[in-house]
Amino acid sequence: MSEFEVSRRRFLGASAAAGGLATASGMARGATAQSGAPPIRTPEMIDVTLEVNGRHHALTIEPRTTLLDALREELRLTGTKKGCDQGSCGACTVHVDGRRVNACLTLAARCQGKAVTTIEGLAKDDELHPIQAAFLARDGLQCGYCTPGQIMSAAALIEEGRAVSDPAIREWMSGNICRCGAYPHILAAIKDVAGSGSGG
Amino acid sequence: MENFTLAMPATIEAVLAAGQQADAKFIAGGTDLLQLMKDHVERPKHLVDLEGLPLDTFSIDADGARIGALVRMSDLADDPTLRRQYPVVTEALLASASPQVRNMATIGGNLLQRTRCGYFRDVGFPACNKRQPGSGCGAILGLNRLHAVLGGSDFCVATHASDLAVALAALDATIEVQGGNGARAVPINEFYLLPANTPQRETVLAPGEIITAVLVPPPGSGERSHYLKLRDRASFEFALVSAAVVVAVEDGRIRRARVAMGGVGTKPWRLPAVEAALAGTAVTQEALTSAAAHAAEGARPLNENGFKVPLMQRALARALLNVTA
Repeated sequence: MSEFEVSRRRFLGASAAAGGLATASGMARGATAQSGAPPIRTPEMIDVTLEVNGRHHALTIEPRTTLLDALREELRLTGTKKGCDQGSCGACTVHVDGRRVNACLTLAARCQGKAVTTIEGLAKDDELHPIQAAFLARDGLQCGYCTPGQIMSAAALIEEGRAVSDPAIREWMSGNICRCGAYPHILAAIKDVAGSGSGG
Repeated sequence: MENFTLAMPATIEAVLAAGQQADAKFIAGGTDLLQLMKDHVERPKHLVDLEGLPLDTFSIDADGARIGALVRMSDLADDPTLRRQYPVVTEALLASASPQVRNMATIGGNLLQRTRCGYFRDVGFPACNKRQPGSGCGAILGLNRLHAVLGGSDFCVATHASDLAVALAALDATIEVQGGNGARAVPINEFYLLPANTPQRETVLAPGEIITAVLVPPPGSGERSHYLKLRDRASFEFALVSAAVVVAVEDGRIRRARVAMGGVGTKPWRLPAVEAALAGTAVTQEALTSAAAHAAEGARPLNENGFKVPLMQRALARALLNVTA
């Protein structure tokens, strides 16, 4: 699995470079505008600074830009997934000021001054967050599309102290849907971490 | 989603002034409004952000509860005093939406969420009197399994979607609102309007008015409360039928009962006939079931939602058994 991760990251880095876009290091598209076409500024656009995974990004965006679109399209942080785009599936779950939220129902401009954490910011350097490691160990995914949202939600759930029983975990993970049906393994992964007390 | 300007005023005066602009909408948690804007049901030209207002605190004690309109659903649901004093509210909140949505959505916004009627939420359907007054109602002769059996009109049969509002209706809460003409307080059971021939008007809020707080009177002595929600799946789903019950039992008999139901009415539905039948009743399964049968009085089921009539009677009987157990 780790080899796959490495090769996937290399692939993404290479395709980003070939496209003349910002790299996976998280530079905002606006900040690298000199290397490509200047961004089109419409009258509605506003300047905002987003703090994502501890780094500040100056962006010029339309007020209607959701946090999800800002992360994916402006910051190229594509780990956060767009599923339903209606708050129903949880694939876009991120943490804003430590709380799990649906990035698709959050306006990016309203996140100024708040700390956003995405799946890319969960690991500490090269060390996976315990819930990331548990998802690997328990095979808590099939296609993987819902996985970043599942992991962000699970990390918050453990932090909230909700992982007290199987029914409690299922209920408090109800905002994250997995169409492959990996729920039993997701549950096992959460129990591994909650039970070991290494949820932080 | 169409574009708009976004204003973030820091005072209520500035918020109310900004709200006077044509095509302006207030945004709090945004969880319902952004869905509607993405689907082009709502197309505001200006959004006025309420988040700068100091309405995000609450207090709950023996004198009752005062809940700021911008309190997040999750913060209120986590409060131990709320659970002790008003379990019906805690249970209604925790049965609502998902943990992520509850972390975002506010109390005031929850009370003002729009119906889940598919004809209202999908602009591909030409007929919806609530979305486009005068265009007709697609649901009355269409897909109406989820629609109201109480309070409907020839213009609209959409249910109100809030669980919290049902709990607050049973508790006789008061809604504080503020607008250009000052502040006023409205009992929740007068706050929501029946659709009649103007289903686009859902509450007594005037244009430019906002909810600032919800007040809940102190519980009566010996009162217990409970919220039961039945839905198509175990979690993260709107109610088919729900029941909020607030009951005081004395010497094995019901001294006073307050009952409201959700998922069945075009607004949070208080049931005075059931309450009258419950007063003085012995706490037995037969007596509670018999009183709960009054819930369906006046029900007018549509083609697909006849099941709601027995379901609401049984759900209410079960809620009453639970709360008096």
